[in-house]
Amino acid sequence: MNLPDSAAPPALELRGIDKRFGTVHANRGVSLSIARGTIHGLIGENGAGKSTLMNIVYGFQPADSGEIRVQGIPRVFGSPQDAIAAGIGMVHQHFMLVENFTVLENIVLGVEGRRLIAPGLARARSALAALARDYGLEVPLDALVSTLPVGLQQRVEILKALYRGAEILILDEPTAVLVPQEVEQLFRMLGRLAGQGKTVILVTHKLKEIMAVTSRVTVMRQGAVVAEVATRETTPRDLAEKMVGRAVLLRVEKTPATAGAELLAVRDLEVVDAFGVARVKGVSFSLHAGEIVGVAGVAGNGQSELLEALAGIRVPRRGEIRVAAAGGSPAGSDPRARRRLGLAHVPEDRLRMGVVAAFSAEHNAILGYHTLPEYNRGVLLDGDAVRGACERKMAGYDVRPANPRLPVSAFSGGNQQKLVMAREIESDPRVLLVGQPTRGVDIGAIEFIHRQLVGLRDAGKAVLLVSVELDEIIGLSDRILVMAGGEIIGELSPQEATEEKLGLMMAGVREMAEGGSRNPEGR
Amino acid sequence: MESYTIIVLLLAATLRVATPLVLAALAGLFSERSGVIALGIEGMMLGAAFAAAAVSATSGSAWLGLGAGVAVATALALLIAFACVTHRGNQVVAAMAVNIMVAGLGPALALAWFNLGGQTPQLDGAGQRFGAVLWPWAQAAREAPFPGLLYAELLSGHNLIVYLAVALVPFSAWVLYRTRFGLRLRAVGENPHAVDTAGISVTRLRYEAVLISGVLCGVAGTYLSTAASAGFVRDMTAGKGYLALAAMIFGKWKPWPTFGACLLFAFTDALATRLQGVTLPLEGVVPVQLILALPYVLTVLLLAGFVGQAVAPAAIGVPYSKEK
Amino acid sequence: MSAVPSMKLPRWVELGMLPVINLAAALVVSGLVVRWIGESPWAALKLMTDGAFGSQEAIGYTLYYATNFIFTGLAVAVAYHAGLFNIGAEGQAYIGGLGTGLVGLWLGHWPFWAVLPAAVAAGAVFGAAWAFIPAWLQARRGSHIVITTIMFNFIASALMTYLVVNVLIKPGQQSPETREFAAGASMPGMHAMLGKIGVPFTATPLNLAFFLALGLAALVWVFLWRTRWGYAVRVAGLNPAAAVYAGISPARVTVGAMLLSGALAGLLGLNELMGSQHRILLDFPGGAGFVGIAVALMGRNHPLGILAAAVLFGALAQGGSQLSFDMPRVNRDMVVVIQGLVILFCGALENVFRKPLEAVFNFGSRLAARGKTDR
Repeated sequence: MNLPDSAAPPALELRGIDKRFGTVHANRGVSLSIARGTIHGLIGENGAGKSTLMNIVYGFQPADSGEIRVQGIPRVFGSPQDAIAAGIGMVHQHFMLVENFTVLENIVLGVEGRRLIAPGLARARSALAALARDYGLEVPLDALVSTLPVGLQQRVEILKALYRGAEILILDEPTAVLVPQEVEQLFRMLGRLAGQGKTVILVTHKLKEIMAVTSRVTVMRQGAVVAEVATRETTPRDLAEKMVGRAVLLRVEKTPATAGAELLAVRDLEVVDAFGVARVKGVSFSLHAGEIVGVAGVAGNGQSELLEALAGIRVPRRGEIRVAAAGGSPAGSDPRARRRLGLAHVPEDRLRMGVVAAFSAEHNAILGYHTLPEYNRGVLLDGDAVRGACERKMAGYDVRPANPRLPVSAFSGGNQQKLVMAREIESDPRVLLVGQPTRGVDIGAIEFIHRQLVGLRDAGKAVLLVSVELDEIIGLSDRILVMAGGEIIGELSPQEATEEKLGLMMAGVREMAEGGSRNPEGR
Repeated sequence: MESYTIIVLLLAATLRVATPLVLAALAGLFSERSGVIALGIEGMMLGAAFAAAAVSATSGSAWLGLGAGVAVATALALLIAFACVTHRGNQVVAAMAVNIMVAGLGPALALAWFNLGGQTPQLDGAGQRFGAVLWPWAQAAREAPFPGLLYAELLSGHNLIVYLAVALVPFSAWVLYRTRFGLRLRAVGENPHAVDTAGISVTRLRYEAVLISGVLCGVAGTYLSTAASAGFVRDMTAGKGYLALAAMIFGKWKPWPTFGACLLFAFTDALATRLQGVTLPLEGVVPVQLILALPYVLTVLLLAGFVGQAVAPAAIGVPYSKEK
Repeated sequence: MSAVPSMKLPRWVELGMLPVINLAAALVVSGLVVRWIGESPWAALKLMTDGAFGSQEAIGYTLYYATNFIFTGLAVAVAYHAGLFNIGAEGQAYIGGLGTGLVGLWLGHWPFWAVLPAAVAAGAVFGAAWAFIPAWLQARRGSHIVITTIMFNFIASALMTYLVVNVLIKPGQQSPETREFAAGASMPGMHAMLGKIGVPFTATPLNLAFFLALGLAALVWVFLWRTRWGYAVRVAGLNPAAAVYAGISPARVTVGAMLLSGALAGLLGLNELMGSQHRILLDFPGGAGFVGIAVALMGRNHPLGILAAAVLFGALAQGGSQLSFDMPRVNRDMVVVIQGLVILFCGALENVFRKPLEAVFNFGSRLAARGKTDR
């Protein structure tokens, strides 16, 4: 490992970066300095200004004021092209790949060389062979990107940056889509890159990752840098408090579950996507009153399709879904019929599915329940009833600002999510399906949402929790089902569920499941 | 021998009818591959048809007419790009605005300038229209046995724009799949974020694509008023832009299949025209309105997807913004 | 689609000032075109204003044209709220008018109070039927509804030409039109209705259909914003995934909204045929379906806005025909140009003036905020 040379200028230095969007002050005089050959962590809550800062460094958005120095030289970036030329590469959280292009075509996009692409492709092919040798970054160059698993797609993104001569590599939430073992692999690779003199900036909200791999860490809150420390001189609790600005509860407090009658039974469920590919394969399990069952898995392993099939949004190709309320008869197959049976659903992606952003809060608070008699008077919607119901929900769930007429797009992610939770929980369901309840939600709201879910369980309801956050799954669940490749690989109790165990199962390794119960009903 | 002649003449007619469709469909292909909906090709063609006829009538040169046609269609393309790319306006609305505006502007200007009730003067002077290009020995070949007529009628004897349209099909395929511009064009229609983060301007690429479609529509419109007929009349595109778009969708946004779909349209049209006034057994005389409606019915049938759903470029119709 | 006002601007700016600025821009460009043709835009504007509002007769004609545009404007707006761009109002009005016309031809000997419901039903059903196929193809096969509705305009035109020329034509006559409706199929004229209550009004084609159109505008408003069905339509139009989540079928909304849209457009025959022509003739919608697009966009797809925009376009149509008498170099095609420009500025280029306005208002509110903190 190269020791940072004290005489050499920092690889990246920011001085007083300031940026406003309208009335939002996204970056407030941010200054930081990152030494060459190190892995530097950048941590903060949603909306703390990390992404804005990195977009400025990558030339994606201009700063209002402030200075960027790369290897000691002041730079002005008008576009990503300038940043790339200065040796900055970025791996975005949502991959910037053209799905129906090959790996090779994706890598040369933007650096094709001359007017015809054939020579550029040939040149890239040999250069990539060298990169693969140096860093152990093998990818099938002629495969279509859409056919690659996400881990490999991420590798393509890293290769894209290296092929463009990146000396500074920014990774934005790179582990969100990876299983723990893949995360380790990624971190080993980042270590190798840093060892060879590259500088890595790791943007994340996961404290554990910061502790594991970085040498220094910068904490941002409300657009400003609140701390910059050497990683070995800090603790996760300390970092979390700096992020939030007050003491936080990292674990959910709850009593042991007292599971009751079976409320939802799923038998041999198979769900296919629009292209006829099976996404859920022969899944069976049951859900009982008074328990939270967590579904762990890497994004894209069938959890979304399972959730949507249970909610009636997707029609399964095969299998059976029974809701106890209906006397055990197969549930009606559309979302409205499921709601009538007492099945409420907090969708994974609230902006895509859970709300109509342009509608007011009060109209979002009846989405899916707009046909109920309590909101209608004859053929007309009952405006007073709709508003009153929304006001009550906003008060009960501390949604701010508590103005039912404001469009939902004007609320923060946490408040939008609280409104959706209020809508679904207040419909008094027997079973609540929840997908990614705390995605894009600040820590304060996370605590609140977790308490609501536990409260619902304690009130004798059943909760099915799908989340890619392992901490959330382990902290909240009474039982954990692990999905991989569309199947339930096994079941664990939260006590026996370690990250390593879950990680192996999420990667599809079945042997690990033997310790737990293969019988989905066993508890 | 009789049916041989009919078939050759029918195929030659197909080629002539197909020309504006091919040009317009390629125009649509470039625009839509970049992610901009191409409904405006109807108006761009109509505008070009008027400009070409008006300039050719006053200057006496079909070539100057072509220049004017291309200039006007490109200007309209620029307007669409300004609305849709720069200002992120609704692409369908922008295209319909241009189509309706041009539908009024052509006849309005024609009336004011030529006072012929919204038409341009008949183009019958020398050099005012694009005439047939006769290949060597075509006259002699006509009299010769089997392949002679084929040579004389199908290969020889069309105007320059017909040959240009046919040549543009392989050229477009080459641009799309073999050049840097083509690679970027295909990328920007699928995932503009990938293009932007690769340091390529999405705006510039989309402008280029829409302007190319403008140039192609300019040629197509010029063909309509100065080659296929002799002057501009009101609404003379009669939905050909939309037919071309349907052909492009049917051709799955690829040059060669799109060309095939255009030929299919044109063949139906040529066949129907031949059937006009012909008495069919059982049915009697085919009503002329049915023949006129045939291309439109065919369009609906093709769009109804008798060959399965086509997959459009992923980012089509979505104005690009840096925020996800 | 952009049916939703952005919240960055005060409502009166969003719904009042912005459309006026956009309209002004469209009129300025139209004026430049008139200038280019070699006439004076000011003289043209004055002629048009006088022609549209200068007399009782002028006002009568203006509102008579506006009635057509209310029907088609509402039709376009209902589809627009469902996320569908219905370019086919022209064809739907044409075929809907066939229904109304057939009632006029066949049942015209009935008393008017019996003919009217039949004519309304026939127009609505025929118009809805013509919208159904494109709607169904969009919902089930994903066929681009913009293209299919345009194709159905062409097909409607061919079909109607065939029917009028070959089937319905009055025997022994050259011009392609049917015989006249019997008296029962004649809408009471405004002059007759006003005359009954002692208000004198010049005889114009303005008739009872105008009030029907106003009533429909109110009903459309109630439907879209005050019923659960309208709620479902707007959810599906703004966020189809959320609609599915909420148990609303986007396919059913697509078909339902298009049926309603076609029915609204199909009622144009009440005004045009029963109110004015009293027979079926070729191309009686006369482009009203396309005007409806401009009217809906300018009226921001809100019934009140549509009423205002329809009167404006009625004035353009009436003033435009007056203009072509007095300025032979400017004909009614100029009105089509203005339509196109209004669609351009109110629809496609709406952000051009919005951004500077937002900047002005944001600056204003920031100044106000700063003023508060300073104190």
